[in-house]
Amino acid sequence: MSSLGKTYKEGEIVVRQGEVGDCLFAIQEGKLEVVKEHKGRPEVRIAILDKGDIFGEMAIFEQQVRSATVRALTEARVLTVDKRTFIRRVQEDPTLAFNLVRMMSHRIRSMSDQAGEKRNRGDRRKTRDRRQKNDRRVD
Amino acid sequence: MTSSRGNVDLARHLALAFEAEVGRLALSDGSRIGVIGGGPAGSFFSYFLLKMAESIGLNVAVDIYEPRLFDHVGPAGCNHCGGIVSESLVQLLAAEGINLPSTVVQRGIDSYMLHMDVGDVRIDTPLHEKRIAAVFRGNGPRESRPIDATGFDRYLLETASSVGAKVVRKLVSNVRKEEDGRPRLVSPDGSSAVYDLVAVASGVNSHALHLFGKTAPDYVCPRSLRTFIGEFHLGREVIEKCLGTSMHVFLLDLPRLEFAAIIPKGDFATLCILGEGVDEQLVQSFLSAPEVKRCFPGSVVPLPACHCFPRVNVVTAVRPFADRMVWVGDSGTARLYKDGIGSAYRTAKAAAKTAVFQGISAEDFRKSFWPTCSKINFDNSIATVIFAATHLIQKGRFLRRGVLRMTANEQSQEGTRRHMSSALWDVFTGSAPYKEVLLRSFHPGFPLMLLWNLVVGNLPFKKARRMARESRE
Repeated sequence: MSSLGKTYKEGEIVVRQGEVGDCLFAIQEGKLEVVKEHKGRPEVRIAILDKGDIFGEMAIFEQQVRSATVRALTEARVLTVDKRTFIRRVQEDPTLAFNLVRMMSHRIRSMSDQAGEKRNRGDRRKTRDRRQKNDRRVD
Repeated sequence: MTSSRGNVDLARHLALAFEAEVGRLALSDGSRIGVIGGGPAGSFFSYFLLKMAESIGLNVAVDIYEPRLFDHVGPAGCNHCGGIVSESLVQLLAAEGINLPSTVVQRGIDSYMLHMDVGDVRIDTPLHEKRIAAVFRGNGPRESRPIDATGFDRYLLETASSVGAKVVRKLVSNVRKEEDGRPRLVSPDGSSAVYDLVAVASGVNSHALHLFGKTAPDYVCPRSLRTFIGEFHLGREVIEKCLGTSMHVFLLDLPRLEFAAIIPKGDFATLCILGEGVDEQLVQSFLSAPEVKRCFPGSVVPLPACHCFPRVNVVTAVRPFADRMVWVGDSGTARLYKDGIGSAYRTAKAAAKTAVFQGISAEDFRKSFWPTCSKINFDNSIATVIFAATHLIQKGRFLRRGVLRMTANEQSQEGTRRHMSSALWDVFTGSAPYKEVLLRSFHPGFPLMLLWNLVVGNLPFKKARRMARESRE
């Protein structure tokens, strides 16, 4: 009762990939997962979100549909922030966007770290394969 | 460490020399800021100032003067206010990364129940989501056990402390100006400190407002109005049954009554009454109204566990800024009758932004901080028109019937344009600017639908039918 937002049960979908979005969300309680759906292929989890995280901001800044599905991993409480309220106040007070910009920058950094790690892993695998091939040739 | 301190001192020394040379007043590394009052306005100001300063690598120190301990129950720990954090402020704070924890929110509000002599109607949020927070400013009313909850003011003060603000548990009894123009805050124990900037966030119920006659002679205190705040101990279950998660607002034809609401919170219900010259007599006549009694178990209104007659800002202060001084929250500018905490947030943030990015002279505040206050003032002048219309509804029974019918129809039909519901919602919650409410009422559908509902709602056979239904009930 003494809480804000809307409660989602475990497994319940908060936003669905491809839907038109007109709000962003702030997690008050619980964990959520972000999954990317591809036709004919299993969905891929791209992030786990926690209390205090904000999501759905891409639909606020771009006139695009939701880029991924967000689903509750545990029972979660999520507060909706209307696009209209937010954008209007950003016009009045641009510093309101600081927190979002900081959070998006953090996300880009962690994604580039992940991409770098993936590439390193791929390079290591290629080198190993090449070495094994050479070894076999020598044998 | 010593060398870093030395660098800060050197930077500060250079900045002061620069200020003296060019006559520009600005914060620099090592600047000290004093904040009088640790309520929402003082905490918001400190929090945003420190966050913005950090973002540009500016190293400043903030002292918040607040003698009150917000974890005391009763008046000792309370800042005397209805304790509603509006829908728009809840959203903006979430976007700022300040999420009110469930220990602070005494109840999430998802709807308003409008009570009139012609009937009641519930107005829901379009998303059916709890986006309004009912909070205690202190640690609950007198009679309450120390609760497993945090008061809103304490939470905000801790939030400001978490980014580096220091809380000084002292009153400010005098403000003097040094030769170089910097203000000195003096405490009753004789201790004092000089600051580069002083933000006054003392509200309108504090003696601190009257300390600036000599230091800022152009500042004139805001005009304020007496209100009533009462806390009724009903118990969680009774509150759940009688009030639920709705805020109950009343449009009653009582002389001098402007607005009244009952807000459910934990074990208590908070009653707020606004009007001209609110006194015991007005409170009694309000509590005797059948529409009010119906909200209490067995239609019996218990004695309040605690009550007070605090004042609220109704006309903005004159020139709430001076060289090295700025007035935020109720001691400067506030929205008329609504969203006092939201006004504290807006003015405090505008003042912090000016101090960090523009400067701290009266001219800087006039250019960058005052427009925010002016916007609120302009909106307040529109509010007087809207409240005049609300007055008419309060006075005219036939108008109340039309409003009730129109709102009830809009609420019962999904997908219809909710002209009256959204206007009432925004007026009661204070979520949207009054200007927007007025503009929306210019939509041709609004007067047409109102006219239709006025006609149909006042048809004699409709009245007879309703009376028959009421007598059956």
